[in-house]
Amino acid sequence: MVGVLELVEETPQAKSIVLEPRDWPGHRAGQHVDVRLTAPDGYQAQRSYSIASAPEDDHLVLTVQRLADGEVSPYLLDVLGPGDELELRGPIGGYFVWEESLGGPLLLIAGGSGIAPFRSVLRHGVAAHSSIPVRLVYSARSLAEVIYREELMRLADHDGVDVRFTLTREWPEDWTGHRGRIDRELLQDVSWPPSEQPRIYICGPSAFVEAAANTLVGSGHDPSRIRTERFGPTGT
Amino acid sequence: MEALDGNAIAGDLQELFGHDMTAARGSCRNCGDSHMIAELRVYLRAPGAVVRCPSCGNVVMVLVTIRGETRIDMRGIGGMEPAH
Repeated sequence: MVGVLELVEETPQAKSIVLEPRDWPGHRAGQHVDVRLTAPDGYQAQRSYSIASAPEDDHLVLTVQRLADGEVSPYLLDVLGPGDELELRGPIGGYFVWEESLGGPLLLIAGGSGIAPFRSVLRHGVAAHSSIPVRLVYSARSLAEVIYREELMRLADHDGVDVRFTLTREWPEDWTGHRGRIDRELLQDVSWPPSEQPRIYICGPSAFVEAAANTLVGSGHDPSRIRTERFGPTGT
Repeated sequence: MEALDGNAIAGDLQELFGHDMTAARGSCRNCGDSHMIAELRVYLRAPGAVVRCPSCGNVVMVLVTIRGETRIDMRGIGGMEPAH
C-alpha cells in the first residue's frame, strides 16, 4: 500500500496522484503500475497506469484520465483524497522503458493521457543531463485537454528538447501549431529520417497507436526501432 | 472491442514468472511468427485476458484470474526466448 499525498488537477478530466511509496524499489522511465481497488464486498478491479514521475523524483506520480463509464477512474478522481492508501503492484515492464544507454535520437508520440510515461522520460533525460536529442509530438483534442502543458513548455526550453502539439477538435484562433490528427506530413516534418534510425515510442489509445506506427513504418522506419503501448477502455 | 497489447498483462506475467516478460519473445504455434510479449494483441474480458498473435490472430495465451490468483494457458506459444 502507498499513501496519497496530494491530487493535482491537470485538466478538467485528469488529475495527477502524488504518492509516497514505502519500500519502493525504484523504477525506470516508461514503466507502469497496476492499481487494485477492493470493494467492501471483496469485488476487485485493477487498471494499469503509467508512472509519470522520473526515477530521480522524490514522489511517485500517476496521472489518471476519466474514462466514460470507467470503473476505476471515477473513484480515483472523485473519491480518493490525501491520506488515503492505494494498493499498487509494480513497477512493471521493460519493453517500453527508455534510459540514456539505449540512445537516440528519441521521438516520442503521445495521444491524450499517453503523455504520462513521456513526462517520466523527459524529466529523466533532464535529470540525467542527457545529451540525446528528443522530440515530442503530443496530440490532444483541445488546448484545455493538454496535460502538463506548462511543464512541457518549460522542458522544451532545454537544449535538444523539442515539443510540438497538435489539436484535433478545437484550437484557439491564433493557434500556430498543427491542427488535426497526426498524419504522414506531420510525422515527416517532426521525425528524423529513417536513415538516422531514431528510437520511437508511441503511447495512446489503440487506434491512435496503430495509425502512428503504420504511418512511420510506411515512411521507411524500422519496425524494430518502434515501441508501442496501447490503452483504452477495458471490456467486461 | 479494441485490442490492447501485451503491456496490459505485464503485471500478471511478472507475478507468474518472477520477472518482467514484456521484452521476451514468443513464437506463434500457428504461423510461426515471433513477437515480443508487449506486442501481442490483448483482449481483456473479465475474469481474464485473451492474447492473440498480431500476425495471424491465433489465440496464443489465455489468462484467468480468480480470487486474486492468475492461471495461464500458453498452448498457442510454440517457443519462448528471454529478452536480450
